[in-house]
Amino acid sequence: METNEVFEKVKNLFVEELGIDADKVTMEAKLEEDLEIDSLGIVEVVMAFEDEFNIEIDDEELTDVGTVGQAVNLLHSKL
Amino acid sequence: MKTALVTGGSRGIGKGIALELGKSFNVVVGYSSSKDSGEEVVEEIIKSGGTASTVEINVTNIESIEKAFTAIEREYGGVDVLVNNAGITKDNILPRLKEDDWNDVIDTNLSGSFRTSQRAIKHMMKSKWGRIVYISSIVGMMGNQGQANYAASKAGLIGLSKSIAKEMGSRNITSNVIAPGYIDTDMTAFLTDEQKDNIIEQLSIKRIGKPEDIANIVSFLCSDESEYITGQVISVDGGITS
Repeated sequence: METNEVFEKVKNLFVEELGIDADKVTMEAKLEEDLEIDSLGIVEVVMAFEDEFNIEIDDEELTDVGTVGQAVNLLHSKL
Repeated sequence: MKTALVTGGSRGIGKGIALELGKSFNVVVGYSSSKDSGEEVVEEIIKSGGTASTVEINVTNIESIEKAFTAIEREYGGVDVLVNNAGITKDNILPRLKEDDWNDVIDTNLSGSFRTSQRAIKHMMKSKWGRIVYISSIVGMMGNQGQANYAASKAGLIGLSKSIAKEMGSRNITSNVIAPGYIDTDMTAFLTDEQKDNIIEQLSIKRIGKPEDIANIVSFLCSDESEYITGQVISVDGGITS
């Protein structure tokens, strides 16, 4: 799967799962500051990623994920 | 209509809760060994115009929990209300308490409730609504002779519930504990009349409790009206701890 395909899926999850404005979801967007996702929201997104991509994400892998782009890259590397 | 799962719902307090919730929810009666009694509870709910079914669920076994939840999700969509009621006793005073008896009681009463709660929470988070009720016991707060394992497991539920309440409040999921006193069920059937009289003497309300006494407050805690109540421990004990 190409990076841009992963991004589109990720964007859909943000919009559908958390009701975030599609325009706000860019590769550069910061999860907490720009998208205003709280810690529980991050957990919800991760659970949605795991279901959508049929993967398991360890908590350690998430420590460096602060932007949508970093999440996309993590997912891309796991597929 | 929302769906409620009551573990250990075929007998005793769980049965009382299942019957009461049957007035407002689809009810799934979870049983581990008493299938026939579970079916009777279901029949009673259906006869009163409700919707109900049974599911086999052994809360010590993660695969059994997964199987039960998958079946409920297929039939009703998901568990919106979880009543963690399944519990066992293996009483003995400390010097005679076997480690297996300690572990079994903790595994069923405390770890079992952790497992079902964790499995249920995903759907509740998604739907941004959920109710979890733990059936603890006054002995979780008071202790009791011969019940170190049972009391510890019931005390543990309080910490579990309060933590979940804090974690999930922003998603309209509440988590509360009911601490019953002496309730007339199989679990207290071993009491002699003399022992019962001694207990009644300590109560403000001069009778042993009924499963309905517990069911009424559980029903309220599972309703929309209780949305501002979370992380609480409510004793329903005829005043024995007052």
